Amino acid sequence: MAIVDQSKIRNFCIIAHIDHGKSTLADRIIEMTGLLTSREMQSQVLDNMDLERERGITIKAQSVRTVYKAKDGEEYIFNLIDTPGHVDFNYEVSRSLAACDGAILVVDAAQGIEAQTLANVYLALDHDLDVFPVLNKIDLPSAEPERVAAEIEDVIGIEAADAPRISAKTGLNVEEVLEQIVERIPAPKGDPDAPLQALIFDSLYDSYKGVIVFCRIKNGTIKKGTPVKMMATGATADVVEVGYFGAGQFIPCESLSAGMVGYMTASIKNVRDTMVGDTITNRENPCAEPLPGYKKVTPMVYCGLYPADGAKYPDLRDALEKLQLNDASLFFEPETSIALGFGFRCGFLGLLHLDIIEERLEREYNLDLVTTAPGVVYRVHKTNGEMIELTNPSNLPDPSEIDYMEEPIVSAEIMVTTEFVGAIMTLCQERRGVYLGMEYIETSRALLRYELPLNEIIYDFFDALKSRSRGYASFDYELKGYQQSKLVKLDILVNREEVDALSFIVFEDSAYERGRKMCEKLKEEIPRHLFEIPIQAAVGGKIIARETVKAMRKDVLAKCYGGDISRKRKLLEKQKEGKKRMRQIGNVEIPQKAFMSVLKLDEE
Amino acid sequence: MSDLVKRNETEILELYLHIPFCVWKCSYCDFLSFPASGEIRHAYVDKLVQEIRECGKRPETAGRTVATVFLGGGTPSLLESEETERILDAVGTSFSVEKEAEITMEANPGAFDGKKARHWRKAGINRLSLGLQSACDAELERLGRIHTGRGFLESFHLAREAGFENMNVDLMSALPGQTTESFLRTLECAAELSPEHISAYSLIIEEGTPFYESYGAMEADLERFGEYEEIPLARRARYKDLLPLPGEEADREMYHLTKAYLRERGYERYEISNYAKPGRECRHNIGYWNGTDYLGLGLGASSLLAGSRFSVTRSLETYLKLTPEDFRTGRQYIETSILSEKERMEEFMFLGLRLIRGVCPAEFAERFGCSMESVYGQALLKLREEGLLALSGEGERERIFLTEPGLDVSNYVLAKFLL
Repeated sequence: MAIVDQSKIRNFCIIAHIDHGKSTLADRIIEMTGLLTSREMQSQVLDNMDLERERGITIKAQSVRTVYKAKDGEEYIFNLIDTPGHVDFNYEVSRSLAACDGAILVVDAAQGIEAQTLANVYLALDHDLDVFPVLNKIDLPSAEPERVAAEIEDVIGIEAADAPRISAKTGLNVEEVLEQIVERIPAPKGDPDAPLQALIFDSLYDSYKGVIVFCRIKNGTIKKGTPVKMMATGATADVVEVGYFGAGQFIPCESLSAGMVGYMTASIKNVRDTMVGDTITNRENPCAEPLPGYKKVTPMVYCGLYPADGAKYPDLRDALEKLQLNDASLFFEPETSIALGFGFRCGFLGLLHLDIIEERLEREYNLDLVTTAPGVVYRVHKTNGEMIELTNPSNLPDPSEIDYMEEPIVSAEIMVTTEFVGAIMTLCQERRGVYLGMEYIETSRALLRYELPLNEIIYDFFDALKSRSRGYASFDYELKGYQQSKLVKLDILVNREEVDALSFIVFEDSAYERGRKMCEKLKEEIPRHLFEIPIQAAVGGKIIARETVKAMRKDVLAKCYGGDISRKRKLLEKQKEGKKRMRQIGNVEIPQKAFMSVLKLDEE
Repeated sequence: MSDLVKRNETEILELYLHIPFCVWKCSYCDFLSFPASGEIRHAYVDKLVQEIRECGKRPETAGRTVATVFLGGGTPSLLESEETERILDAVGTSFSVEKEAEITMEANPGAFDGKKARHWRKAGINRLSLGLQSACDAELERLGRIHTGRGFLESFHLAREAGFENMNVDLMSALPGQTTESFLRTLECAAELSPEHISAYSLIIEEGTPFYESYGAMEADLERFGEYEEIPLARRARYKDLLPLPGEEADREMYHLTKAYLRERGYERYEISNYAKPGRECRHNIGYWNGTDYLGLGLGASSLLAGSRFSVTRSLETYLKLTPEDFRTGRQYIETSILSEKERMEEFMFLGLRLIRGVCPAEFAERFGCSMESVYGQALLKLREEGLLALSGEGERERIFLTEPGLDVSNYVLAKFLL
C-alpha cells in the first residue's frame, strides 16, 4: 500500500437503532466501494457470528477498510468502524466512537427516532463527532421522510434537510451517502512523527497470532518491531504485524500512521493486557498523556452458573476460560452452593451478555447448565465500617452486622407512543422508578426519563415494556450511581429446607409480593412427588408466603396388553428423560430451569 | 392361579388375531378400528386366513404349542359366523393348538343373537369378553356406545344360554359425570351376572380420540394438579362447560371400591385392572405380563417372538395387497426391534409387577443368569423403604410385588426399573 495521504482518509461509523438498517447500509457501502462484488457478498457480511445472525444484532465490533473513487476523481480510504448495537455494550460503543472522526446516523424513515438512536447520537456528539443523518427504507409505503427529517432537526438539533433518502436494501441513493462521507466527515488529524499514541477500540483472540488489537492511531507510527506498552494495564510487547481490515480478513501492511485505523499483533496471550479504551504507546518514546476515556469495565449483573452434572465442572471451567479469551468483560470466579454443588459466580455487562454466554456454553461447549437468577451488585455497609460489594445473595452478612445497604441506580430513557404513556409510567412506578421528565417528540411519541433501581429492570422489564405498549416502546439506560435502600434477603425453602441457590436480595416492601410469586412459580415448576411439598418464602427466618405441591395419589396405567407394550416403554422412558433435567435438592426433584424461571414475574 | 408360568416358555405360543371393524367408534377408543363394507370385510378375512396359513409354516412357530388364542378388535363379533369359523379353522390346521387352549373373542353387546353365539361355541371359542363399560345409559351415551344397559343383560344371557361358561365383563371408571354411586351401580350390575372374570379400567384419554378433543386439557390439568380446587381458574375456564372428570381422590375411591366390592363377591384381583374367580384368570393376558411369546396376526397386530418385537402394518390398503409369499417372508411387519438383554430385564420387571403376585427373583436369575439384586438392588431397596414394594416367601419361592400404596402409583414404581 502506497504512502497514505491523511487528507484522503475518512474514519466513521454508523449509528442506528436496531433494525433501522445499519448493517444493510454497511454492506452496500462495502459493495459499492470496490472491495467485494455484489455476488461475493454474503448478506450482512459484518455480522460474522452465527449467534449474531440469529439475533440480528452485532455483538463483536469489526471494521472494514474500503477505497472509494469519489466524483472529484480522487480516491478516498474509508474506514468503516462497526459498533455493537445494544445497551449492554455502551462502553464498547463509546470507544469505537472515539476511534472515528464522524458518524452516519441512519434513521428508519417509517419508524423515526427511537430511544437507542438518541443515546448513541448524544454519545457521538459528546465525542465531538460530526454526525450527518441518512433516512433509510424510503421504499416502504409507510415511510415519512419529511416528518422524520423534521424530527431529527427538532430533537437532535442537526441539519437533516440534505439528508440522503435511501434504501439500503435496494441500493437506491447510496451513492449520495458515499459523497457525503467525503464531504462531511472530516479528515483525521495527527502527527505521524510524534510519539505513538493509539486507541484500542476492540480486540480478537486468535490462537496463532494471540490478541489481535484493533486500534486507531492518533499520533505517531506503528510497525513491525515497534516496542509497545499499554498505558493503563502496563503490559509490554513487540509488534509482530500491523495491517488493516478487508471484509472478514486481516491484510498486513508496512505500517500504520496517524489518522489510520487497523490492527496490530504482538504475540500477546492475555486479552486483559489490551483492554478496550487503553492507549498504546512506544515504550522507548512514550507519549505524554494517555488518550482520555479509558474505563475499567465492570459487570452490572451476576449469576451463578453450575454444571448440571457435577462431573462436568472442569469442562465448565475450561469453557469459561476459553470464552474469556475473547471477552474481556466476562468475569467469573469459583463458588459453592449447598443446593447445587460447585460452580461459578459470573459477571456480565447485562442480561443479553449473560444470555449470549450461556447459549455459547451450551451450544459450542455442549454443557448442560443450571443458572441461578441474575442479580446486581449491592453495597453492604457493615456496622464495623467495612463495605462489601455483594455479588452472591448467600454471602449477605447477618442483619445484625449491617448498618445500611445501597443498590445501583440507572437513568433510563424510554420512547413510547403517546397512547401508552400512562401504562408505561405505571410500570415504572411499580418498579420504584423516580420520574425525571418527559418530552413529546411529536404528537404521537413521547420520551420518558426515569431513574430506576437496576435490580428492577434487569429481568423482565424490557418484556413488560413491550407487552404494555404493544411492542412500540424502546429504552436505553446508563448506570448513574448507588443509592441507599431498604433491602432484605428473600430465602426460599423447599420441603422445609432452604435452597441457597434461590435466595435473592429484594427491596423490603416488595418482599411479600416477590415471595408470593416465586412460591407460585415454583409450585408450577416442581412436579408432584409421593409426598406433599411445602414451598415457603422467608425473610429473616419469618415465613411470608407459602404454596403446597400436593402429593401424587394415583399414577397408574390401566391397560397394558400385547399391543401396548412398546408404547408403554416409550412413556416410561420419557418419564426417565424428564428426570435428567432435574436437580435433587434433599428429597425433592427441582427442574433445572426452575432456578432461573422463578424470576419471570410479569405475567400479563 | 394357572400353571402357565411353570411351563417351558420356549414351547408355548399365544396367538392374537385382530379384527379391525366396528359399526361405530366409541369416543374414547384409540384402537385400530373403523367401519367397513361387507366387501372389505370379506377381503380382509381372506387375507387374514392367508396370513395364518403362511405364518404357521414359519420356523419360529414350528414345534410350538398354541396355548391361547385371542380374537380382538374393533368388534370381532361383527364377523359373520362363517367368517369366524374359517379363521379358527385356519388356526387349527396351521398351528398345533392345545386341546384345552383358551380361545377368547371380544363381543359387543346387542351385536349378536343366540344363533351366532352357538356358532361361536361350535367354532371353538370357549371364552367371551363383553364390553359393558357402564350400567348407566346416560354414561353409555356419552361414551358413544351403541348399546344400553338392558341390551347388555340380554346379550350376557344369550351367551350363557349358548353354552359360554367362561365370560369376562369390561367396566370403566373415572368417566365424565360419573360418581362413586353411579359406578357402584355398574359394579353391582356386572357382579350380579356372575361372570367368571371382570376387567375394570380407569378411563384413559387417548390422543387422537374425540374425547381427547374435549377432555384432553381437563385431564392434563387434573394430572398435574390432582383436584379441581388446585387448578388455577384461568385454566379451568377452558373446559368449564364440560361434565367434569372425577378428580384424583374420587378416581382412587372408585378404584379401591372396585377391589373391595368384587372381593366380597369372590373375585380376586390378580392384575392392576383384572379380577377373576379362582382359576378363571385370563391366561392369554397373563402371558403378556410373563413375557410369553405371542404372534399377532391381522392389521396392526403386535408380536413378541424369539426375542424381538414387531407388528403388522396398520395400513389396510397395504395389508390387502400382500401375497402369501410376502407373509412367508415377513413383509407384513413394521417396527421390528430386537430386544437387548437390558430391555428384556426391564420388561420382566415393568410387566411382571403388574401382576399382583409380582415377580420372582429366582426366575429372574434363571432367565438372565444374574441376580435381580445385582441389577436392581438400589431401586428395590428404595422402593421397599418407600413402602411401595414388598417381599414374601423366601429362597426359590421369594416374590417381590407392589403393595397397595405401590399399586396406586405403579407408573412411578415401574419407571424405576428402566436401566
